[in-house]
Amino acid sequence: MTMPFYVSPEQLMKDRADYARKGIARGRSVVVVAYDDGIAFATENPSRALHKISEIYDRIAFAAVGKYNEFENLRVAGVRYADLRGYSYDRSDVTARGLANAYAQTLGTVFTTESKPLEVELVVAEVGDSAEDDQVYRLSYDGSVADERGHVVLGGQAELLAERLEEGWRPGMALAEVVRLAVDVLGTQQDGPVRRLEPTQLEVAVLDRTRPRRAFRRLPSALLTDLLVTDAGEG
Amino acid sequence: MTHLHGALPPAFRMTGTSSFLDFLAAHDPSLLPGARPLPAGEVTAPHGTTIVALAFDGGVVMAGDRRATAGSMIASRTIEKVFPADEYSAVGIAGTAGLALELVRLFQLELEHYEKIEGSLLSLEGKANRLATMVRGSLGLAMQGLAVVPLFGGYDLDAGVGRIFSFDVTGGRYEERDHHAVGSGSVFARGSLKKLWRPGMAVPDAVRTAVHALVDAADDDSATGGPDTLRRIYPVVATVTAAGYLRVPDEQLAEVCREVDAARGRAEGAGDAP
Repeated sequence: MTMPFYVSPEQLMKDRADYARKGIARGRSVVVVAYDDGIAFATENPSRALHKISEIYDRIAFAAVGKYNEFENLRVAGVRYADLRGYSYDRSDVTARGLANAYAQTLGTVFTTESKPLEVELVVAEVGDSAEDDQVYRLSYDGSVADERGHVVLGGQAELLAERLEEGWRPGMALAEVVRLAVDVLGTQQDGPVRRLEPTQLEVAVLDRTRPRRAFRRLPSALLTDLLVTDAGEG
Repeated sequence: MTHLHGALPPAFRMTGTSSFLDFLAAHDPSLLPGARPLPAGEVTAPHGTTIVALAFDGGVVMAGDRRATAGSMIASRTIEKVFPADEYSAVGIAGTAGLALELVRLFQLELEHYEKIEGSLLSLEGKANRLATMVRGSLGLAMQGLAVVPLFGGYDLDAGVGRIFSFDVTGGRYEERDHHAVGSGSVFARGSLKKLWRPGMAVPDAVRTAVHALVDAADDDSATGGPDTLRRIYPVVATVTAAGYLRVPDEQLAEVCREVDAARGRAEGAGDAP
């Protein structure tokens, strides 16, 4: 009888974490940033159909980076979670916190019990009546949750982009300002000048607190063009 | 609901369906109206009554009275029986009120769920077919006298016209031309619609015609309530056009009800109504 190799739990977890991080780092980043009337999401995504940013419920949205099939599966599960909860109780009883917990448990369980961790990083955001009531949760591949304030970057060069975003962001910015900032941040490169991203390369959506029930809205490229052109006019 | 404090159970991560009903069937079938065991015996539950719908140039109008009855008693004077199914369609319900309201909630959720998961709207026919499947699922209840009969109307974004669909308890789905009514007062409402409906009506005419039909139904059917000017309870009237679902505000309906009253007063030879 052969003895199986002993692998220490530390090594096992580290290997899994490295594997997940590598997978996530390959993808394009997502920027989530608060503005005066809500929360904006932006990412570089040439596809019109395969979204990285989506609506979950009336005031809740979802953004993800990593492997498409894995985060798409989590997104659908989130929509089901929210719709079932809203149906069983009331629409006002569906919260980002509850959903973030469910995701955290799922990601954590997969990370520790299955042979391959999920190569995804998620944001679950809920827009409140005022900017103070907004909630943004960032979830990692291992199920850890961070409660973020103001802005957050997911994916590949998160640290570099987060620095840029920190420099440019302040509370109470207008939508046009945060969209320009987000697009600038997305174009930031480790070495070299900022890439200029065209509206057709971008996927941008907002949770707009002024909308009556469903706050989620995608910004079509025509509107994005307008928002970015103002930039050129002022600059 | 017992799993929800922990990780998402397997049914939540099942692939291959965009339907909330399919998900419920896999996860917790007891939440589906048709899947519950039926107790023996008869139930007297509040009953909703008349719904009318008619097509006009560029959309449909749907209207419902506000009465629910339990036997010979009035169970509610303020019940609402016409709802937005989604942005471009409306659903009205007649029959057992509790089950009908549950059906509407599930149907609204089914359409929104599909929209969120697929990122696009169902076609109008697709929506009508989903509703037919849901009605068919409640056949057992209908055979116990707890029938729910919906009326569905919406704006067909592809064809650019308003369309109306009616259903029977076995899930039969029938597209209606121009106008239709369901519920206890529907016989009288249909007669009224037949005489008053004209091709190419504008929105205000269509709204007035719908109110006329409801008043005619209330005139001859004790289970249908007419406009209650004393308590300021007016029918629920909604239009669905390319601009979406829009409920006609009560102030406007008060005006329409006055016009309808005046016209009927003249017909009765009583001169202008007060």
